Amino acid sequence: MFGLEYKDSRMLILVAILVALAPFMLNPFPEGSGMAQFNAGYPDLMQRFVIFGIFAIGFNILFGLTGYLSFGHAAFLGVGSYAAMWMMKLLTMNVVPGIIFSVLVAGVFSLAVGWISLRRSGIYFSILTLAFAQMSYSLAYSVLTPITGGETGLQPKVTDPRILDGSLAEGTIAKANFFGLEMGSSFELQLGSWLFTFNAGYYLAAVVMLIAFYISIRIFRSPFGLMLRAVKSNQQRLNYTGLNTKPYTLAAFVISGMYAGLAGGLMVAMDTQVGAERMFWTASGEVVLMTILGGVGTLIGPVLGASAIKYMENILSKINSDILHQWFAFLPDGLEEFVITLIYPFIGKGWHLTLGLIFMAVVIFLPGGLVEGGQRIANLFKRKMPGKDARDNKS
Amino acid sequence: MSKINLTRRSVLQTGAITGAGLALPTYLSAASHSGFTNAPTGDTVTLGFNVPQTGPYADEGADELRAYKLAVDHLNGGGDGGLMNTFSSKALQGNGILGKKVEFVTGDTQTKSDAARASARSMIEKDGAVMITGGSSSGVAVAVQALCQEAGIIFMAGLTHSNDTTGKDKKANGFRHFFNSYMSGAALAPILADNYGKDRKAYHLTADYNWGYTTEEAVRTSTEAMGWETVAAVKTPLTQTDFSSYIAPVLQSGADVLVLNHYGGNMVNSLTNAVQFGLREKQVNGKNFEIIVPLYSRLMAKGAGANVKGIFGSANWHWSLQDEGSKAFVKSFGTKYGFPPSQAAHTTYVQTLLYADAVERAGSFNPCAVGEALSDFQFDGMGNGPTLYRGADHQCFKDVLVVKGKENPTSEFDLLEIVEITPTSQVTYDASIFGGELGACNPGA
Repeated sequence: MFGLEYKDSRMLILVAILVALAPFMLNPFPEGSGMAQFNAGYPDLMQRFVIFGIFAIGFNILFGLTGYLSFGHAAFLGVGSYAAMWMMKLLTMNVVPGIIFSVLVAGVFSLAVGWISLRRSGIYFSILTLAFAQMSYSLAYSVLTPITGGETGLQPKVTDPRILDGSLAEGTIAKANFFGLEMGSSFELQLGSWLFTFNAGYYLAAVVMLIAFYISIRIFRSPFGLMLRAVKSNQQRLNYTGLNTKPYTLAAFVISGMYAGLAGGLMVAMDTQVGAERMFWTASGEVVLMTILGGVGTLIGPVLGASAIKYMENILSKINSDILHQWFAFLPDGLEEFVITLIYPFIGKGWHLTLGLIFMAVVIFLPGGLVEGGQRIANLFKRKMPGKDARDNKS
Repeated sequence: MSKINLTRRSVLQTGAITGAGLALPTYLSAASHSGFTNAPTGDTVTLGFNVPQTGPYADEGADELRAYKLAVDHLNGGGDGGLMNTFSSKALQGNGILGKKVEFVTGDTQTKSDAARASARSMIEKDGAVMITGGSSSGVAVAVQALCQEAGIIFMAGLTHSNDTTGKDKKANGFRHFFNSYMSGAALAPILADNYGKDRKAYHLTADYNWGYTTEEAVRTSTEAMGWETVAAVKTPLTQTDFSSYIAPVLQSGADVLVLNHYGGNMVNSLTNAVQFGLREKQVNGKNFEIIVPLYSRLMAKGAGANVKGIFGSANWHWSLQDEGSKAFVKSFGTKYGFPPSQAAHTTYVQTLLYADAVERAGSFNPCAVGEALSDFQFDGMGNGPTLYRGADHQCFKDVLVVKGKENPTSEFDLLEIVEITPTSQVTYDASIFGGELGACNPGA
């Protein structure tokens, strides 16, 4: 399908089904039950899953294929966000021009950064990109305050020009929309005590993510992708054969920068606000974590990693000691205190600690990330069918 | 490379499922029938406490959270009732809000606008919070305030001192009890003139971000109005930890006053550097060299230790105030946690009570009704004397404290002494001077 091999189109369709049904799958617990705390099926978090999925897919094109570890990708995300925001302020609250413009601006910016940074490889490349990102952050935070809004960031204002939109009705505020369909509008489905939310913005972001995922598959399977893998396995040998690898790495860098810009543009489309922290170096580090956690160089890995991290950030961080007390209220007093003391450091503000432990466990026991974990489980079941294995080996 | 096409049937199936998924959201939301977002339906009401639990302002955030829990306790009829006993409005009964038991959810803003908005959105979309409060920096407050305006939720700002929150970026659904840069400048200037004279040369070091700019501007305007001269204003990066290179030029500039427009860790470091350089023992232009910190907090004073002795600044509230409201709050906070509250704790506690009271008086959780009840609301007994919630910009107007680092502190909490309580009239300004549009209130769905 769409020029993909059977295995790849199967994966694409699987991902499509997963994102289409996400509102159901992420809300497995009924409203009001104790476990509802773990439901992730609300619009904001679902949007974050797919947007950071796009970000990580793009990052994986650079890191997974060429092995160049960029520590400055948040800068492209931020630049894309600012670009989209300005389009929304100046042109129209329709998200399409903003998203396109964010990709273009991030592409141009990553071309400039890549041009300079790719003169070096390895750790020097990482440091160069990190330096660029921190420069962008500092500029956005203070020097460029007239353009970026500095600490307080940018938001649409009632007084913005928006030359393509008509004037607002009295007392209303400008809302991001897709040809009239507001990004914040949702359809809620009540089934018994379950409540499922289908949000317009989420589905727009999900479609964009599927397109981004499809393009990434095509890049992985193309001769260009093969060349990028060659750069990863032995760049020196490629150079000795007389090949100039720079155009290939630069192209990969720009593509992944554009993915980051796309993610940034979508973030603004879903939640009309942009602040400079989006470009801080920890944000660049986060996408590295996502990719490694999910599985470097795999197609689906980065999306899984992004979802896992965003889930922990948004769900674990909201569990506080009062909720723990509710959970363990059935235990005798002394024991309850003891159990809560044991768990407390890992939830709420301690979610970073949990993330760190999981990350360590994955890197040590599953170097291929969550994808490798999935494969191992799949293999456990496969062994029971030796006939099928033999047939697979033959082909 | 062989390419195997899928069967027609499976493609159709996938297409149908995706299509169905895409068609669903075009049904617009009709979830709320009560006319506003997250109308509480059961016998409980959920408030969202969005404070920094990690990052540079985690200390302030922790104290804010303590105050919120105390406020919820008092609203539900627990504890000694705290400020509800001294509050001039008697609408609150100690039986929750409008008879509904108050519950709360907490979130971590990480002092980042993005994280703060994510956390606030999850409170609104997942937990059904009807009011969001908190924030320990102006960037976060402005970001979350805009979000609440969009979602149709009331935002009660916590610790945010920039003029922008109720100035350039004010919103109809947002309310601030804390004072701002302008008020700091207006309150400090006369005290500075009395103590240091009217012909001073000031040198500003300003944290290079929004709050720094508005604070520098405010202090500059009000000190220049009484005859001071501003020699230079230098911006310092927010992430700076060693300010020696910024302090050295101060000595050569001929200035005799140094104004540190810094907050939190920045102020602790810059003040420590300035004192280490011996600035305070210097004589310039025949006068003693002086240092000023426009926004003071107890937590900062603790960080800077002995260096704060004798240094002037301004504050929203201090636990050593002797009015009935302050005494009641210090007592119930102290009973529960064992130490006196900070000004961050005070403002967030008061904001929660003010919200609850407005809902009781309005008889509805509808943000528009609550907003109307808060606008131009006059109250007393909350520790700051008679206070006005101005309707034009949703900013509280009340007395501002000018404080000084104590020479002989008796405990680790007793670091500041109140020099003067600047009356409201002196810090009041016209609502239009900062620009911005309040807009109309948004009840959401």
